[in-house]
Amino acid sequence: MSEEDEVIITPSQRTVVDEVAVSVQDVCITYRTTFEKRPTLKQAVMRAGRGKRQVKTVEAVKNVSFDVPRGTVLGIIGHNGAGKSTLMRAIAGIIPPTAGRIEVTGRTSTLLALGVGFNPDLTGLENVLLGGLAAGLSKEEVETRFDEIAAFADIGDFIELPMRTYSSGMAARLAFAVSMHMDPDILLIDEALSTGDAAFKEKATAKLRELVDNSSTMLLISHALATVRSMCNEVIWLDHGQMKMRGEPDAVLDTYIEAMHVKKTAAVMNDF
Amino acid sequence: MSADAAIVGRPVQVYEPYRSGLPPLVPYVKNLWRRRHFAIELSRASMRAAHTDTVFGQLWLVINPLLNACVYFLLVNIINGGTRGPDFFTHLIAGLFVFNFLQNSLTQGAESVTKGGKLVLNTSFPLLLLPYATMRTSFYRFLPSMGIYAVLFAGLEYFGPRTQKCNAAGACVDLNTLHFSWIQLLAIPVFAFIWLYVAGLTTFMAALTVYFRDTTQFLPYATRIWLYLSPVLYYADQMKPWMTKFEMFNPLYPILGLWGDVIARGQLPHASWWIATVAWGLGSFAVGTLYFLSRERDFAVRL
Repeated sequence: MSEEDEVIITPSQRTVVDEVAVSVQDVCITYRTTFEKRPTLKQAVMRAGRGKRQVKTVEAVKNVSFDVPRGTVLGIIGHNGAGKSTLMRAIAGIIPPTAGRIEVTGRTSTLLALGVGFNPDLTGLENVLLGGLAAGLSKEEVETRFDEIAAFADIGDFIELPMRTYSSGMAARLAFAVSMHMDPDILLIDEALSTGDAAFKEKATAKLRELVDNSSTMLLISHALATVRSMCNEVIWLDHGQMKMRGEPDAVLDTYIEAMHVKKTAAVMNDF
Repeated sequence: MSADAAIVGRPVQVYEPYRSGLPPLVPYVKNLWRRRHFAIELSRASMRAAHTDTVFGQLWLVINPLLNACVYFLLVNIINGGTRGPDFFTHLIAGLFVFNFLQNSLTQGAESVTKGGKLVLNTSFPLLLLPYATMRTSFYRFLPSMGIYAVLFAGLEYFGPRTQKCNAAGACVDLNTLHFSWIQLLAIPVFAFIWLYVAGLTTFMAALTVYFRDTTQFLPYATRIWLYLSPVLYYADQMKPWMTKFEMFNPLYPILGLWGDVIARGQLPHASWWIATVAWGLGSFAVGTLYFLSRERDFAVRL
């Protein structure tokens, strides 16, 4: 898709209220993780014999502070591993910060890179229900949204089938449909638009525009700079866990692109 | 509606570093209770997926433990030269059914967090709900086996073999080795402590499996050895002296001893077994829960 036929969302009529929706105060996030995809006792015992350790400490986010006023669409950009996703998961309450404080006013809905569908043996609807219940909705609240979600995801009878039968695009459609219909106060989106076919992408963009026009608060992580430029009214640039720059989309994006030593070619600006 | 009115009633969440590595306990427990329907639905859905809700699925829940018990009864009886009676049979199945509950909870529960993959990565909720969902499932699988136990006990009491006891005058009476006693109802509170013990162990294993994914491969061997070391296939008082010394380290020795005394023999066991069962139950629950909570922050970055 070239820049011309891309759906441009203008942040014009948006009303930004003074109230702060998300307040990130001097937050650091450090965690220890392992190199192994699937750590086992067997490997640990074998390693112990050689006196090696396979644990590394990751300082994902370092002393980041910012406020997000209600109604803002905030873009978060940065290189791979800059701490964008970790920061967003901290705002969602999934990873508590190591230092600092995060205040979130209102209910968040996450559309993170991985989507719904944690249990492949259960049907799409069962996964939707469980995801909603885990997020704190009541059974009735989720069930009243079933029809809307099914209609929006538009995956036909697959909604009643175990999720192991889904293609990755279908799972992504369902995930998007769920997070859009949970009526969140704050929507957290992490690169989730990049899957799905052209028709669904258009539908998803239109839905996002609707939310933007309704002054929803949104945090958006994307490497698709054109999307960030057209949808956000503020952008944060994270670099190795630290906030490098914050401001108007055009200003931040231009500096970012310059710093990345890449020309403003179609390849960078292209959507997804 | 003014903007101010819209703000009123919006929940404010504050995320701060954990003190001493644990999440704040009171809000955690409140949240756990508020989202209990997640665990209930997850357990229901996984039972549906395993066809436990169909007629044959339910029948299997009855047949499976029964077959299992028959195999062990046959085995033990052959080894012992066929001298075992109905009192031993009830002791065996009572012990086996509870042991199956423990084994199912552990093997299912150990995988509960690692199987929760995407949900753990994407949603903020008290993760203790994941092992609790499997605890609920294994409890619902255990319940039918208690029905079988009641039927078998009543059947053996009524139709089972009788021994003749004669007094000096030569008058003989038929004595049944099994008889219902109100003491057997104490099995309910005893099971509550067994549940606590198993829940603690299950949450511990659920957390441990995040770090060592192959625990589920060792578990079947570990539980099988544990079964043979515990007074299920034999009576506690039949143990060799060297084994009894070691039994103070085996929680299942007092727990299953108490359970068997209460539900199979209908007799009040000595106080030490009560104390040990209560202590193991509460201790295991506390340690397992605290270990899980202290590691919970890690799960989202380790999966």
